Amino acid sequence: MELDIVELSRLQFALTAMFHFLFVPLTLGLSVIVAIMETVYVMTNRPIWRQMTKFWATLFGINFVLGVATGITMEFQFGMNWAYYSHYVGDIFGAPLAIEGLMAFFLEATFVGLMFFGWDKLSKVTHCVVTWLVAIGSNFSALWILIANGWMQNPVGAVFNPVTMRMEMTSFFDVMFNHVAQAKFVHTVSAGYVTASVFVLGVSAWYLIKGRHEALAKRSIAVAASFGLASALSVVVLGDESGYSATHSQKMKLAAVEGMWDTYKAPAPFKLVGIPDQEARETKYAVQIPVAMGLLGTRSLTEEMRGINDLVIEAEARILNGILAYDALMDIRAAKGAATPEQIARFEDHSADLGYALLLKRYVDDPREATTEQIAMAAEDTIPGVLPLFWAFRVMVGLGFMFIGVMLFFFIRANFYGMRFPRWSLWAAVFAIPTPWIAAEAGWFVAEFGRQPWTVDGVLPTALSVSHLSVTQVALTLAGFVTFYSVLFIIEMGLMLKYIRKGPFMDVAETEAWNRRHNERLSGRTSQQPAE
Amino acid sequence: MILHEFMDFEVLRVIWWALLGVLLIGFALADGFDLGVGTLLPFVARTDLERRVAINTVGPVWEGNQVWFILGGGAIFAAWPPLYAVSFSGFYMAMFLILAALILRPVGFKYRSKRESETWRSAWDWALFVGGFVPALVFGVAVGNVLQGVPFRLTEDLMPIYEGGFFGLLNPYALLAGLVSVSMLVMHGAAWLVFKSEGLVADRAREFGVYAAFATIATYALAGLWLAAGVDAYAFTGAVAPDGPSNPLMSEVARGGSWMAAYAERPWIVVAPVMAFLGAALAVLGFRARREGWTMLASKLSITGIIASVGLTMFPFILPSSIDPNSSLTVWDSSSSHLTLFVMLVSAVIFMPLILLYTAWVYKVLWGKVTARDVMDSSDSVY
Repeated sequence: MELDIVELSRLQFALTAMFHFLFVPLTLGLSVIVAIMETVYVMTNRPIWRQMTKFWATLFGINFVLGVATGITMEFQFGMNWAYYSHYVGDIFGAPLAIEGLMAFFLEATFVGLMFFGWDKLSKVTHCVVTWLVAIGSNFSALWILIANGWMQNPVGAVFNPVTMRMEMTSFFDVMFNHVAQAKFVHTVSAGYVTASVFVLGVSAWYLIKGRHEALAKRSIAVAASFGLASALSVVVLGDESGYSATHSQKMKLAAVEGMWDTYKAPAPFKLVGIPDQEARETKYAVQIPVAMGLLGTRSLTEEMRGINDLVIEAEARILNGILAYDALMDIRAAKGAATPEQIARFEDHSADLGYALLLKRYVDDPREATTEQIAMAAEDTIPGVLPLFWAFRVMVGLGFMFIGVMLFFFIRANFYGMRFPRWSLWAAVFAIPTPWIAAEAGWFVAEFGRQPWTVDGVLPTALSVSHLSVTQVALTLAGFVTFYSVLFIIEMGLMLKYIRKGPFMDVAETEAWNRRHNERLSGRTSQQPAE
Repeated sequence: MILHEFMDFEVLRVIWWALLGVLLIGFALADGFDLGVGTLLPFVARTDLERRVAINTVGPVWEGNQVWFILGGGAIFAAWPPLYAVSFSGFYMAMFLILAALILRPVGFKYRSKRESETWRSAWDWALFVGGFVPALVFGVAVGNVLQGVPFRLTEDLMPIYEGGFFGLLNPYALLAGLVSVSMLVMHGAAWLVFKSEGLVADRAREFGVYAAFATIATYALAGLWLAAGVDAYAFTGAVAPDGPSNPLMSEVARGGSWMAAYAERPWIVVAPVMAFLGAALAVLGFRARREGWTMLASKLSITGIIASVGLTMFPFILPSSIDPNSSLTVWDSSSSHLTLFVMLVSAVIFMPLILLYTAWVYKVLWGKVTARDVMDSSDSVY
């Protein structure tokens, strides 16, 4: 495969986004876990909880900073590598990004400094509030990012304006309450909670194996297992919701994920495993569970789910309709601002499919001159790579169920067996540490790779979204990011391991002594004031 | 939603033009002293302890400060999508440099003191220097290029095509603008260090601050004279509708004349350069008189004046095109839609005051000087 500017830009986006997403889930979850621990400390006043808070907050900080640093790249990459995308949908897509900054990122970034530097300067309760604000900020951040992403999957509340050559917002309400975005938000945030729970569980298990910091480790497991159980359950249930919402908005993605080439008579079966073959258009060696897919996808026994082959035929019809829209658009442009109402009406009749005509731009400059063959090729392009989607989805779901099992086990052990954990289970918890990341990246892959060949589903093809750059430029920055990020990753892992090995930096007696001093200092400060 | 119809498109555009300025100024005032401290770090602080003091003066606040930059990017995307598309893809390699520098910086702050090794720490000190100096320089260079016009054109589909390379950006005028930016941010960083530290670090910073304030005055004056004498301005040649559709190709623009014509047209804007000079001069006095709080304010005044003067001089132009003036982006033809500008204004009106409020609270909590004693006392938890 020759790497052109589109492939390189996609590769760069995929790499930088997946790298960013190594840090985000842990930030989302660990911020909440730390806040929960600090709340327990404030309520019980027991120093061990303070020690736990500070220990996990240190690891949170090492992770958080790379999430922030790599997030900057995400914010600027749209303009750098995807200039036409930015122009074409910036009117809608930019708003949630900016609101994310205003509402969420400012909050978390302003208070995160105080979270680390404010222990001596704030009362216990105030510091706890600060920690919660950081957690709330990160979670709101995810909300707005996923509203932006949800719009790419299901572009509601917007319409194409032929004069400004771009999509423009018609309803902010629709963009904000896009059902795809909402389902994605809860699913992603839960996934972050699971990630952090598995992380806390695994690190604590390692301490128990080594016989170190047992008080801290056991309490941490108690928190992680209960929080993690609730999150693992919700990530699976809400993931189902996310899939259900795709039934109506992204039929092709769903059909590809299921390796469903033909339209089955309702209710469709669910393929447990199989090997999708894109050339032959069939899924080989499939093991199927009857009725299950129809039930999951449509929540009914009668509604039909379209297969890939039928969806391609549908796409072809939409391309033909899109060509009419394109023709009308060229008429409006030729009229130079003096388009007749008839011309505009003709455009509006077909404009819903304009994006499908743009699929032809890969093959021909003017979609109106496309041959029947080219139209068939463009229709074919609407099928994403089925095999990787099929398996990435199954890896994610399989791990999702595994998390429920792991969390349930530790929850029961922690609550009903007096915190006694068999050694094998502790080792299992240690080795489980990387798995939520695999699940999260696989989920991200399904969502974004499954959106191809579109950047904005049905509106703007990926091939058209890129900037006008040279291959050298993009290759250079790509190489730069790969090198730079690899170095950062090694440094980050090194520090993470160093601080995990080092353990909490004060023992309980020391924490108690510190606590006393702290209280004296605070009461000293208040008693001094009247004297002045 | 019909609410947005109550506000004119034209008015919203001017408000968002002003808000763009507010965000850029906010970024320069908040994150600016971080960049300045980064640039000064190897020079004002020699020993490890001194460096830790200098770093910890910005330690708790840089993260929040940096959001001004992120928000600036987000606001350009949301309110001025063509500007976002043209400038970020056009200044491609320059943007990459800024990104790399700005990624290096947070990591440097956070990770530097997490290991004892001397090589480790000195490597991060240089990373912090690069992370401060490079963005400070490149931002100025970018503004210098914007004033001269940038070699891009828009196709009929409004696809931006940039026809200059990276080294074309490094022309003499742009480099001079880069020096203005470095000088003012170093002045600001020095003012912050004097304000937040004591002893040797503060003494050295005071000295650098005086030089930087003088350099700000000199380079800014030179850049102004050069702008008047040697840089072509841009102007509309035909009628333009301030509430027309956001398609830059629908208006006609020509290159020629002087940007200084703006001062004849709108004499009140002279207030911006006056602030710039006055602020820097007051900063010199403040440094010498050891009035730290006042120095900080004077430095802020100067930076506000410098950035505002660029925007006010160019209005209504935002990003002129040197190779196809008709493609130039202006306030009247490169904004978001009426509805989006309104929605964004509502969110800004709700959240900006909140942000200012809690940021002020955080600074209040952290009020006071960072001393060597503080760093040693909590060596494990500070940077």
